[in-house]
Amino acid sequence: MLAEMIQRLLERSLDDSAQARARGGEWLSGLWTELSEMGLPLALLSEDQGGFGLTGAEQGEALRLLGRHAVPLPLAETMGANRLLAAAGLPLAEGAAGLARADGLTLEGGRLTGTVERVAWGEHLDCLALAVGDRLYRVPRSGWSLAATGHAANYHPRPSLAIDWQADEGAALPHCPLAEGATLRAFQIAGALESALDLSISHTGTRVQFGKPLSKNQAVQHELARLAGELACATAAADLAAEALARGDVLGVAAGSLRAREAAGTGASIATQAHGAIGFTREHRLHLFTTSLWTWRDEFGGQVQWAKLLGSAALDAGTAGYWPMVTTL
Amino acid sequence: MSAIPFPAPPADSETVIALRAEVRAFLAEELASRTDRQRSDSWCGADKDFSRKMGQRGWLGMTWPKRYGGHERTAYERYVVVEEMLAAGAPVGAHWIADRQSGPSILKFGTEEQKQYFLPKIAAGELYFSIGMSEPDSGSDLAATRTRAVRDGDVYRVTGTKVWTSFAHQSDWAIMFCRTSGTPADRHNGTSQLLIDLKNTPGLTIRPIIDLAGQHHFNEMHFEDAAIPASQLLGSEGQGWAQVMSELAFERSGPERFLSSIELLYQLIAILRGRQSDAAQITLGRLTARLAVLRRLSRSVTSMLQEEQDAGLQASIVKDVGALFEQSLPDIARELVDCEPDPLAASGYAAVLANIVHNSPSWSLRGGTREILRGIIARGLGTR
Ligand SMILES: Cc1cc2nc3c(=O)[nH]c(=O)nc-3n(C[C@H](O)[C@H](O)[C@H](O)COP(=O)(O)OP(=O)(O)OC[C@H]3O[C@@H](n4cnc5c(N)ncnc54)[C@H](O)[C@@H]3O)c2cc1C
Repeated sequence: MLAEMIQRLLERSLDDSAQARARGGEWLSGLWTELSEMGLPLALLSEDQGGFGLTGAEQGEALRLLGRHAVPLPLAETMGANRLLAAAGLPLAEGAAGLARADGLTLEGGRLTGTVERVAWGEHLDCLALAVGDRLYRVPRSGWSLAATGHAANYHPRPSLAIDWQADEGAALPHCPLAEGATLRAFQIAGALESALDLSISHTGTRVQFGKPLSKNQAVQHELARLAGELACATAAADLAAEALARGDVLGVAAGSLRAREAAGTGASIATQAHGAIGFTREHRLHLFTTSLWTWRDEFGGQVQWAKLLGSAALDAGTAGYWPMVTTL
Repeated sequence: MSAIPFPAPPADSETVIALRAEVRAFLAEELASRTDRQRSDSWCGADKDFSRKMGQRGWLGMTWPKRYGGHERTAYERYVVVEEMLAAGAPVGAHWIADRQSGPSILKFGTEEQKQYFLPKIAAGELYFSIGMSEPDSGSDLAATRTRAVRDGDVYRVTGTKVWTSFAHQSDWAIMFCRTSGTPADRHNGTSQLLIDLKNTPGLTIRPIIDLAGQHHFNEMHFEDAAIPASQLLGSEGQGWAQVMSELAFERSGPERFLSSIELLYQLIAILRGRQSDAAQITLGRLTARLAVLRRLSRSVTSMLQEEQDAGLQASIVKDVGALFEQSLPDIARELVDCEPDPLAASGYAAVLANIVHNSPSWSLRGGTREILRGIIARGLGTR
């Protein structure tokens, strides 16, 4: 039900010209208002916390839709930030929110200072759910200024923020914002791969070369099959990460996140290859998804960082402990 | 939308957790003296005593009705037993086909008499099956079968040759796919499945085919006017194709489709542990992520099988992605550890590496080649 509403709204209010404006750095305030009026920023909260108590499957569907439409707003981040803030007992965000971990910040005489690198749409946020060590802070907009501009592979803004804030006491950190963000990104990756596959099927089904549609060539069919496999893996990986996040298992988050990141790269190349040169342009919509896949796969901790976390746990488990560890993921 | 849906896998109930612990304890004891080299045989390792012990534990025919010797447990409980066996390198080869595939086919298509005869013995770990599908001129193109069964009173007279029949020299029975009417040009029509007694069928000769590593596991089965009682028809005459297709989801989605080289992964961990190498950690992390997600997809298909949904497409994805994973391991291991593979070493890394290097090419051939699977998936996507 919610998924259908989101789908309809995005089909109506997010067209390619809006995407182009967002790519130029424009904040789509109308779209943001519409999405927040649907209550989406609270979509990951339980009913007790003021959310809708969606099932895991419904949450996943909503998050995948954000990827499926390459929504150029920090909505997933806001949903995750609110989940984190609610779990910590802190007030929820009043607008868009960011999710970050920055252990290099200093807290002296109650003042929190330092730089938080590359926050999605940082200038447009109401607050930041910021982890420093084992504390979570809800840093309001007045607590930071722009330190440096930066951009994602899809050209959406990723400014670095100079924090200078008279901190409140914050709260004990319920779970790491990187784990939260990595899980959200896994769903978005799965969603973007859905679109990449759909576009590839329709393009190869209509584009004619050598007197027949491209998709009548077995070589093309087999690559589409491989893309479907990567999509299946990304979707399962996102679900796996979300379930692990819910039980506080960071290794499960690592496993799900890593596999989704891998699918993002493989899937983007298969889709682009299937499109030919047109897939390499801004004229065709495919680039919305490929550039987003190349963005999302490297955020909220990198592949190396997550792989080392999971890999060192695997090595520590040892030959005898490895399989038992795998079955807990 | 073209995504192929995989439902959420079943949760680990108390029963499942207890079952897993029970299986692990059993395996720790039973396999104590099994070498790493032997474990690396995965489901090609066979030991009939071990199969009987599994039967005694109630771990064969787990999902079948009790009146046929089954245990009426869930598909997921069976999954747990199977994956623990494979992860431990248990010698499950003798009963593998019977428990996975032949038994379920007999349960679905067999006569009451066939069910009563075969199923309790399979569930006890005492009767073993092979699959007679492939032929010299009919591999991927199964419908091109030339083996003919001609009805003659109470028997079918069978002539033809089957190849690559795994364990035909050790199994008791086979389910054989053949043509009962028409010609190969009729394709799917006119094919049937017959139950073949491998030990007592005059006119049937079984001859070994030695694989590239020098091992004997598959065979040629030659039928020369062999008389097969008509009561050994499985299911309906002419419905062979549909019956075979219904087996494939069982055949293609299980954990044997990505755990074949797990012993090499264990060996790699033993060597790399304590090295504090970034490359080792990163590689292990990425492999573990792939493995965890494959397990999830495979368990997801199990829940579809439990609900008796058609999972042919999903199973093809599991097998395709799974084979890529298990076949990637030798090369990934070679990026981290220098070692010359030695097939005649009794144990250790060199022996395991050799066994895996020798066997891994078969994993994208048997049970449907990579190309055939991708064709099935592409059809599911609507592009064929
Ligand atoms: C270890 C092992 C055990 C086996 N055990 C059994 C068993 O117990 N019982 C049994 O019946 N069979 C068994 N098989 C046989 C197995 O099912 C066949 O090998 C498989 O179906 C492929 O058939 P083929 O080997 O004749 O190859 P072919 O069909 O000749 O194919 C050769 C190559 O061509 C490709 N190809 C074929 N057709 C197409 C197409 N239309 N489009 C694109 N590419 C195509 C294939 O993918 C493959 O790469 C076993 C095989 C192995 C390796």
